[in-house]
Amino acid sequence: MSVPSVHVQQLTKRFKDTLALDDISFDVGRGELFGFIGPDGAGKTSLFRILTTLLLADAGICTVEGFDVVKDYRQIRKISGYMPGKFSLYQDLTVEENLKFFATIFGTTIRENYDLVKEIYQQIEPFKNRKAGKLSGGMKQKLALSCAMIHKPEVLFLDEPTTGVDAVSRLEFWEMLKRLKASGITILVSTPYMDEASLCDRVALMQSGRIMTISTPQEVISNYPLSLLSVKSGDIYTLLGELREYPGVHSVYAFGQSAHVAYQKNDITPESLHFFLKSKGHKQVEIIETVANIEDCFMELMTSPMKE
Amino acid sequence: MRTILYIIQKEFLQVFRNKSMLPIIFIVPVFQLIILVNAATYEMKHIRVSVVDLDLSGTSRKLVSKLQGSPFYQIEGTTFSYLKAEDEMKRGNIDMILHIPADFEKKLLKEGHAKVQFVINAINGQSAGLTNAYSTMILLDYNREVLLENATPAMMAGVKTIQTDYSYWYNPKLNYKTYMVPGILVLLITIIGLLLSGMNIVREMEIGTIEQINVTPINKIQFITGKLMPFWIIGLFELAFGLTIGKLLFNIPMEGSLGLIFLSASVYLFVILSFGLLISTITHTQQQAMLVSFFFMVVFILMSGLFTSIESMPLWAQNLDRLNPLMYFIKIMRMVLLKGSGFADISNYFWSMVIYAVCSLSLAIFRYRKVS
Repeated sequence: MSVPSVHVQQLTKRFKDTLALDDISFDVGRGELFGFIGPDGAGKTSLFRILTTLLLADAGICTVEGFDVVKDYRQIRKISGYMPGKFSLYQDLTVEENLKFFATIFGTTIRENYDLVKEIYQQIEPFKNRKAGKLSGGMKQKLALSCAMIHKPEVLFLDEPTTGVDAVSRLEFWEMLKRLKASGITILVSTPYMDEASLCDRVALMQSGRIMTISTPQEVISNYPLSLLSVKSGDIYTLLGELREYPGVHSVYAFGQSAHVAYQKNDITPESLHFFLKSKGHKQVEIIETVANIEDCFMELMTSPMKE
Repeated sequence: MRTILYIIQKEFLQVFRNKSMLPIIFIVPVFQLIILVNAATYEMKHIRVSVVDLDLSGTSRKLVSKLQGSPFYQIEGTTFSYLKAEDEMKRGNIDMILHIPADFEKKLLKEGHAKVQFVINAINGQSAGLTNAYSTMILLDYNREVLLENATPAMMAGVKTIQTDYSYWYNPKLNYKTYMVPGILVLLITIIGLLLSGMNIVREMEIGTIEQINVTPINKIQFITGKLMPFWIIGLFELAFGLTIGKLLFNIPMEGSLGLIFLSASVYLFVILSFGLLISTITHTQQQAMLVSFFFMVVFILMSGLFTSIESMPLWAQNLDRLNPLMYFIKIMRMVLLKGSGFADISNYFWSMVIYAVCSLSLAIFRYRKVS
């Protein structure tokens, strides 16, 4: 990582009495797929808006490809592509008209950069005469990505691109991002979905305007400090509450059909827990030792500072 | 340049794709012209009169028949009780009472003068004034007739009368329609210009497309030009369309140069469009933009001289009216269309509009920001 593609140093942004971004610093290398994970209101959108020159920061330095977001905002607008969280293309224009419009105002044409968007655009090309407002969520998102890409940006900012999109389209979308990354584009993507974090090169966990941690998904998992049990029972609802009462339990989260119980190593044995649950009247109890996935890690990271 | 052209093209595409837009552009003007021009008239017709003739003499009947013969009056009833007539007025059934006292003829012949009373419903001061003026004219005319009938040649020699003849310039038939059409045309392009331009940009904010535009290298001037030009063109087109209808339906005179009209209109539209743009920079939703535009529009229209004459406003209001762009353009339209005024005659108003346009446009451009 020689010269960072995006460089942020001690960035602070305040909206009246809420601190949206609190002294944030990070670097994103060229060609990196960098994810921001965090709940709503963590400051992801504000950060993206500052980096795309739509919002002015109160303090701190931000550069994109070496250009300062305040001084050189014109250059940044030429080399970056932005896909806002809210679908914001012209609903009353057709797919093709939208793409053509954005190509034109970036001073290029669809034909010139067709190769770049080809793979994505081809999927919606059969509907090119349909109005953008009439597209499905997944198709809208593909169109928005095409429009954000049509001018061959060097850095791509995708603000919650997969929110409100079905699971299959989400997967497809991440596949596309990987291929884009392969062509050397730096991609910054934010998402509230923790499972998407493992698809990034590096992730920053954001909460209440602060970055809790920046590391690769593998590091996040290997740094998980606790042990984990996956517990199943016929009655998942009472199970969660009763597990939290059990001494030595650090935290309990519902995870699909089972509950994940986190505990300090040696505090709990699966056998004693099994006995406890039986005594509470649970049937079909099933306890397996399991490895933490990225979601467990984030749950732990997000709750730990509050307990301090 | 290519960018601006493309934005204009895109705006037109959106305007014509909007289903409510075409009727607004083509049907609303026709309706407004037809309805407003015919309805908003100052001519008083059918003044409903109740006659209280307590004299019932030949002389008094002559006065009544004079009213009856005029197209302006409509005798609703005759009664011998003044109170009854007053009751009718209270109920709003009549506009005026003609009260002739019992000894009218006797007094007139013996003493040479007599009194009649007009009681006029003055809830609407303007029409009451007009009713009064009409009635006084009729009475004057009647007076002269009575005088001539009863006078001896010797008396005639002593009476010196000044004959007054009227000729109405620029609108000889006192046709209100020719007066209203130019004003209503101004109203039309104001509504189109102010509402459509203001709401257009706010709409982009509402649906979020402005974000996407803002991250592009397109600059402020390009964006604003691209946004305003379509409505400028539509506004000018609307004026041409309205003038055609005015000519075809109302046969309004076009004494002056149409080129001058369109030159003034193009400046005027810049004022209105930048007003719309300015409104869009201080509002966040189309509803807010609409309400703010409405507020300004009502004040501008009522003070524009379209319905009431500016000269009869109090001085402070007249001074305030210098800020009213509608006032300038209505004046220009009426002067050029009805009087055939040339550029020299309207230059004062014209340059005022130019200054106005420059100021409001620069303010709007200054206020419009791509960064929040």
